[in-house]
Amino acid sequence: MSREWPLWEVFVRPRRGLSHVHVGSVHAPDATVALRNARDIYTRRQEGVSIWVVPAAQITASSPDEKDAFFDPAADKVYRHPTFYQVPEGVPHL
Amino acid sequence: MSSTTTPLDELLAIGDDALIAAQRLAQWCSRAPEMEEDVALANIALDQLGVARLVLSYAAEVEGAGGDEDTLAYLRDDRQFRNCLLVELPEPDFAFAMAKLLFLSAFQRLRYEALATSADERLAAIAAKAVKESAYHLDHATMWTLRLGDGTEESHRRMQNAVDELWPYTHELFEGNELRPAWLSIVEAVLAEATLTRPTDGWAPSGGRVGLHTEHLSYLLAEMQVVHRAHPGARW
Repeated sequence: MSREWPLWEVFVRPRRGLSHVHVGSVHAPDATVALRNARDIYTRRQEGVSIWVVPAAQITASSPDEKDAFFDPAADKVYRHPTFYQVPEGVPHL
Repeated sequence: MSSTTTPLDELLAIGDDALIAAQRLAQWCSRAPEMEEDVALANIALDQLGVARLVLSYAAEVEGAGGDEDTLAYLRDDRQFRNCLLVELPEPDFAFAMAKLLFLSAFQRLRYEALATSADERLAAIAAKAVKESAYHLDHATMWTLRLGDGTEESHRRMQNAVDELWPYTHELFEGNELRPAWLSIVEAVLAEATLTRPTDGWAPSGGRVGLHTEHLSYLLAEMQVVHRAHPGARW
């Protein structure tokens, strides 16, 4: 059995109204300690108001080998971007 | 505090507890069991140092001898320090560090809570800030006491040993105050949940508050003060 603590991914919400953003990872023996470690390492300079920790093993990631199949087909679908609408005059916040 | 204690002694007791605790915690830098714990202990050491600086600066003004936080921290000898014996004791393993932090931070939280309503507005403001930090230190020490006490056979043995060795030194914390019942209710609950035996009260070494320390303080001060004494007034 490995003696090294498992890895946890850390997400911090910088301010109310913003979403949690991935900031890095920590080692910890359990979720409670992971949260404390994340607090000490990633929020010591008031970077956040909320922290999530997720076991790194629980994250399913897309593989670099699948990059072409996953992302390239979107490259030539310009009609998926909302660039074909006329924006009426005087609508500042659209 | 007892009637023989001056306001300066009282400030030094608070500031020196924090300063010596900070120095002991800082000795874990690069030696903690994991890098994450290394950062956590350094954070706690810096919290303690922050309180020490504020209180010792204030103490230097009260003393009125033209000194400042640095002269108090770096140019006093062991007999002039007013910290409790608990904070100066060495930490031969991580369990000792956590048992000391548990005992100290539970006491500091109660002491700062009481001081936060003090008539001395400057001390009350420092204490109000320090209460939140102590609450976090207590949380950290509790977390580890539970995990080590209720962990493996080896971690339980080490944690119980540290608690037993340090328990006598906790009596000194309550000289001149009424905080022990509240402190016991915090600490006994943690020890019970951690499956640790609460030691019986007996031997109660004391003397820190009047400058009679263990030999460990001299060595700690030698390391802490050597640069300042060798190069007085040196700046980065």
